[in-house]
Amino acid sequence: MTVPTRGTTAVPSGGTTAVASGGPAAAPSPARTVTGVPIQIRDLRISFGAAEIVSGIDLEVRPGEFVCLLGPSGCGKSTLLSAMAGFIEPRAGEITCDGDEVNGSNPHAGMVFQSSEALFEWMTVTQNVAYGPRMHGAGKADQARIAAEYLAMVGLPHAGKKFPAQLSGGMRQRVQIARVLANQPSLVLMDEPFGALDAQTRQVLQVELDRIWRHTGCTVVFVTHDIDEALTLADRVVVMSAGPKARIKSIYEVHAQRPRDRAHPDVIDMYEKLRDDIRAEVVASLRNQGIEEDQL
Amino acid sequence: MTAAIQNTVPTRGERAQPARTRRSSAGGAALRTAALWVASAVIGLGVWSFLAWWYGPTTVASPAQVVTAAGELAESGVLWTSIWASAQRILVGWSLGVVIGAPVGILMGRVNLVRQLLDPYIEFFRFIPPIAFVTLAVVWFGIGETSKIVLIFYTSVFIVTVSTIAATVAISENKLQAAANLGAGKLQIMKTVVLPSSVPGIVTGARLAMGNSFLTIVSAEIVAADHGIGSMIWQARNYGRIDWTFVGIIVLGIMGFLFDRVLRVLSGRYLARYGVK
Repeated sequence: MTVPTRGTTAVPSGGTTAVASGGPAAAPSPARTVTGVPIQIRDLRISFGAAEIVSGIDLEVRPGEFVCLLGPSGCGKSTLLSAMAGFIEPRAGEITCDGDEVNGSNPHAGMVFQSSEALFEWMTVTQNVAYGPRMHGAGKADQARIAAEYLAMVGLPHAGKKFPAQLSGGMRQRVQIARVLANQPSLVLMDEPFGALDAQTRQVLQVELDRIWRHTGCTVVFVTHDIDEALTLADRVVVMSAGPKARIKSIYEVHAQRPRDRAHPDVIDMYEKLRDDIRAEVVASLRNQGIEEDQL
Repeated sequence: MTAAIQNTVPTRGERAQPARTRRSSAGGAALRTAALWVASAVIGLGVWSFLAWWYGPTTVASPAQVVTAAGELAESGVLWTSIWASAQRILVGWSLGVVIGAPVGILMGRVNLVRQLLDPYIEFFRFIPPIAFVTLAVVWFGIGETSKIVLIFYTSVFIVTVSTIAATVAISENKLQAAANLGAGKLQIMKTVVLPSSVPGIVTGARLAMGNSFLTIVSAEIVAADHGIGSMIWQARNYGRIDWTFVGIIVLGIMGFLFDRVLRVLSGRYLARYGVK
């Protein structure tokens, strides 16, 4: 297994579960080889036409950290992720990734989309996974080797000759993850990658992703609606306020040991805090749309 | 309780039963479809024979007269040279239309500048029927093959272009973003994502263009051609041979059906991975 070595940093092991609000604190992950890059967002504003979607976002993601963005529908989580990937240009503010300003497609980042229609249906699974190396000039033998390696990593060692349409939703998302990892990104951006899957598949993939993240050491920014998912995966959970002009409302540090025990009192306590936080934002979001809480 | 459960478990023979039932019901459906086709053909021939009897052979040729006329035309070789001449013109003109229309459609779909430059022409010319250009085509390209091929090309190219544009603009933004994110440049995205994603639209346009090519070939050959189905139909009028006209019309229908079927089979076999059905 070839693990990328860009910006390798040793991160100290974490301790107990804690809740904190505000800026970054000491990295809590267990000791592992970190290959991820840091990302800094300063006073970011993104508009579509006259509508300001996100307003004044400041966030710092540490190298190798797993950050979940949580918030009500339409608050701009995916928009923020797209800006980190370089798909959309902010109206104001700055995003830097490993010190380089993101201006156009972010070369450090790999994006896993919510919809598996991001896969190329006319290519086999192997061709999909080898697409990045192929675009970077890898020879056919290297493409095949890299694809086999990353398909094995996501638990699909025998699916290489199949086409995406022949796979289940969960398998297609695994292929997306393998395709992104095969490009050895130091920052993985995930836009509700398990959002369309059933609860069981979702849980299995969360465990798999946790394992892969620890193995590769990359930085992950993960958008989700699901508090459980965020608590299973994240080092920090960033809660966004209701849009328009969404901002970061609060940041929670999750120091619980991995794999996370959802029945642990500290995790339950944090779940409740997050739920109350999100509920307040959902109500605010509905109010912005002209719907009162008592009408629900 | 156990006995009751055991009684509900099907034996091997019982499990095989539904498969047999499915096979027999599939066979029954095929038989029914074949019977309906035969019934439809018999009714059609009956109505045709009645009309021929009612209006007389100078207005409507009967099925028997058409079969005789077809034999006559086949024996003299006129039928085969006409089919060959029309088929060649359609294939050459239509192929040119697809080969030029598809890349133009892709460029118009993806490059705003090209779209803005060409859109007025596409929107203007695609509403002018090829028959309006028959005289000009003869004046500009002569009475040889070129004028007919140009008219077929004109018929095909706009249909393929418009269908390709529609397919190209409908490509999922996620696919394009994924390709760019994985390191593909603009040309690589065109080649590895845009072109394959547009294949179903190109094939749909090509099939529609094929149908329209048959409409155009008759007009083109009527005006200026020694051979071809259109020319055969026109000469039948000059000789007062309604039965030859019927042969020409039926041959056009059969040719159109066969061309489309071949196109469908080939595209279904070789382009299925691109989503062509």
